Amino acid sequence: METIKLVYPVEGGDLIEAGEASSKMKLTLKKLGLPQDVIRRASICMYEGEINMVIHADGGQAEVEIDPGQIRICMTDTGPGIPDVQQAMQEGFSTAGQTARELGFGAGMGLPNIKRYSDEMHIDTQLGKGTTVTVLIKIPQ
Amino acid sequence: MTVQQAAARLGWTEFHLADPERRVSGGYAGDLLSWVMGRAGQDCAWFTIMSNQNVAAVALMADVACVVLTEGVRPDADLLRRAGEKGVNLLGTAEDTFTAAVRLARALEE
Repeated sequence: METIKLVYPVEGGDLIEAGEASSKMKLTLKKLGLPQDVIRRASICMYEGEINMVIHADGGQAEVEIDPGQIRICMTDTGPGIPDVQQAMQEGFSTAGQTARELGFGAGMGLPNIKRYSDEMHIDTQLGKGTTVTVLIKIPQ
Repeated sequence: MTVQQAAARLGWTEFHLADPERRVSGGYAGDLLSWVMGRAGQDCAWFTIMSNQNVAAVALMADVACVVLTEGVRPDADLLRRAGEKGVNLLGTAEDTFTAAVRLARALEE
């Protein structure tokens, strides 16, 4: 299998409609016949990243690269950046607003869930410039 | 046990059955979506009172077998539409979450 590259724009603002990019990626991974557990883990990571981009950064972009051995998801936004990454990685810590909480988000589980379901996770963030979350999910051979 | 069998046995209302033969292997109860995403097991029945359309997206990503709206909560038109689009099994019961979960657990043990 050659490397497959996919790009998904994530629109900001509308939390109700969020999840479209993740849904599309999941469908593609299914069509490629990847293992169910790999698809599930990649989908959870992508969805959490997508929700974060909508809540905190007015959207962004997700680039997905699928190799025979791994899926690499790179989620980039031009939002406010994360002041304290260590704090943001703690379960239960959230800066989400009231609207997000009313919809069932803002439980402070987004980044921890990405960490939990990925094999590798990197956060590159600059205050006032944006954040890139890169996730690797290995595909068992 | 399949979703359809569980629905028939436990008297769940079928709002949308996209995959009736999907197997149910456990349950998870929760309303905080990210918490559900992180903790709900694959192929479980997810009991919740949340009924906005994000429920369908979370069910799809977490790969649960079905969503069961408890306490008599009904899906709004947007959730029904999204469940249809995403192929999510969406059911409901008038029972409270605890009772519904206990009854499923007993049915799965038999």
